Amino acid sequence: MISSIKETKQDKIFLVFVYLLLTAALIVVAYPLIYILSASISNPTIVAAGQMWLLPKDITFEGYRRVFQDSSIWNGYLNTIIYTVVGTLVNLIVTLPAAYALSRRDFVGRNLFMILFIVTMFFGGGLVPTYLVVRSLGLVDSMWALILPGATSVWNLIVCRTFFQSSIPRELQEAAEIDGCSNFRLYFRIVLPLSTALIAVMALFFGVGHWNNYFSAMIYLNQQEKYPLQLVLRQILVLQQMSAQAGTVDASMATSLNNKAEVAALVKYAVIIVATLPIIAVYPFLQRYFVQGVMIGSVKG
Amino acid sequence: MMHEGAKAVLNPPDAPAKGKSKKLLKKIARNWQLYIFMAPALLTVIIFNYVPMYGIQIAFKNYVPAFGMAGSKWVGFDHFTRFFESYYFWDLIWNTLSISLYGLLVGFPLPILLALAFNEIRTGPFKKTVQTVTYAPHFISMVVMAGMIITFLTPSTGMIINLLEAVGITPPAFLTDPRWFKTVYVLSDVWQATGWGTIIYLAALTAVDPGLHEAAILDGASRLQRIRHINFPVIIPTITILLILNMGGLLGVGYEKILLLQNPLNMEASDVIATSVYRTGLLEAQYSYSTAVGLFNSVVNAILLIVVNQVVRRTSENSLW
Repeated sequence: MISSIKETKQDKIFLVFVYLLLTAALIVVAYPLIYILSASISNPTIVAAGQMWLLPKDITFEGYRRVFQDSSIWNGYLNTIIYTVVGTLVNLIVTLPAAYALSRRDFVGRNLFMILFIVTMFFGGGLVPTYLVVRSLGLVDSMWALILPGATSVWNLIVCRTFFQSSIPRELQEAAEIDGCSNFRLYFRIVLPLSTALIAVMALFFGVGHWNNYFSAMIYLNQQEKYPLQLVLRQILVLQQMSAQAGTVDASMATSLNNKAEVAALVKYAVIIVATLPIIAVYPFLQRYFVQGVMIGSVKG
Repeated sequence: MMHEGAKAVLNPPDAPAKGKSKKLLKKIARNWQLYIFMAPALLTVIIFNYVPMYGIQIAFKNYVPAFGMAGSKWVGFDHFTRFFESYYFWDLIWNTLSISLYGLLVGFPLPILLALAFNEIRTGPFKKTVQTVTYAPHFISMVVMAGMIITFLTPSTGMIINLLEAVGITPPAFLTDPRWFKTVYVLSDVWQATGWGTIIYLAALTAVDPGLHEAAILDGASRLQRIRHINFPVIIPTITILLILNMGGLLGVGYEKILLLQNPLNMEASDVIATSVYRTGLLEAQYSYSTAVGLFNSVVNAILLIVVNQVVRRTSENSLW
């Protein structure tokens, strides 16, 4: 490229600043994450005293042991997996076909339907009226209260519609129609197989949303055994109700772990890792899809 | 339900051209399966978005669950006047607005800056690493984020507290001092959202014509000049649209995180309209009052969006509609 030949001194200095800025961003974002990882396996007394800066010191797995012994965390994990899988499936089953229908120019009424959907992006009933509807349907304390109200994501619906419009050739649909192919067949045999990237992106967006959701669980679920992971985490991380005395400490650890507050902090670091790991671990491999999703969405601005 | 409604709208009984309406009916009949595709989405939106809109009427009533929505007494604007005259009204407005504006002021320019910087360097392991790492916090849940904030800022043991003490600064009581609430809220948001926010600008930057850069280089333009006169103008439409959307959401701050960080000591700075709706509505079961406050909030939001869009449309070509 020409640019590499004609780099002036001024440009080189500028580029150094760009690299410095990006390095600073990298450190600021990465440091807290590494710190938590290290703190989750370090001696809590050293961490609390501020003597652990980057790499773990005096390694202990006591925090993880306690997390794995806590039945409410396991139960929450299991619930979250169920809610995420079922919720994501419902999202896909509801959103994708509707988006496909709306992408078809010969679909009579598409503009009216579109307006009906878009209005909900800018105006809604609000917290209490929505709560009253969910309650009157008998969904309180049911997993469906977390899944059905958000089953249609209008934003994702628009993204999917844009994708179908721009990526599925119209000629293909017209040819299939002339051959007497029904819309059902067309959708399942031709459109969906051509849209695997979109399905992956949507599954990921919806899945992360369900995995991280706490608010609707907080307002709709009262029974502790139905709590998803995030609500259990809220109790441990925010409401600080984790009892440090839970579980027995073996003799060698007993002396170093005498401070309950420090043990509680250790458990907090461990629980943050346990709760976030599934997403952070798969994310680098799926990053391409996530980014693609945002790009598809931004095409039509 | 909507299916028939759509038909009725599109086929008025006194349609002038009978042949045309027949054709339309045929079109609808041929694609009947598409209406089945629409049905689940439409149904959930009607039940969970439109039925609640009908429920807004309780803002003008004294809703008593035992009497039902229809049986409760109308009270007009009583709940609204009670809210406007309450001593905490201006506090709520101020907190909501100041947190939003503070967040916008600090958080809005940073993704633009970072995206322009990403765009300057060659694709390679370094760029990939920085991108992967800065995007990652986007996937951290609100609860974990709040947990991290609380853990890091816990007096005498938190990471940030220790860091400040190490460089000789006496750390303030971040979590309980109302004066620090907004900064903690905004800066943690910046940490979590800046990286992810670059994606949309990077997508826009791919539209830059490389020929322009080559020509500018031949003319002796520096990198900074090329960013200012070539790259930046390309992303201005994206910036404008996002700014409008953000302004429209000024009264809709991320209450889910605020709710988690709220405590009795920082309440005077952390209570916003949305958290007060949650508290009065669901915890204290003042259904009508809370609905009125929520309605006030969404109406102001809608007005803000329209006004900002209108102003932008007058001054530039980029607007939402």
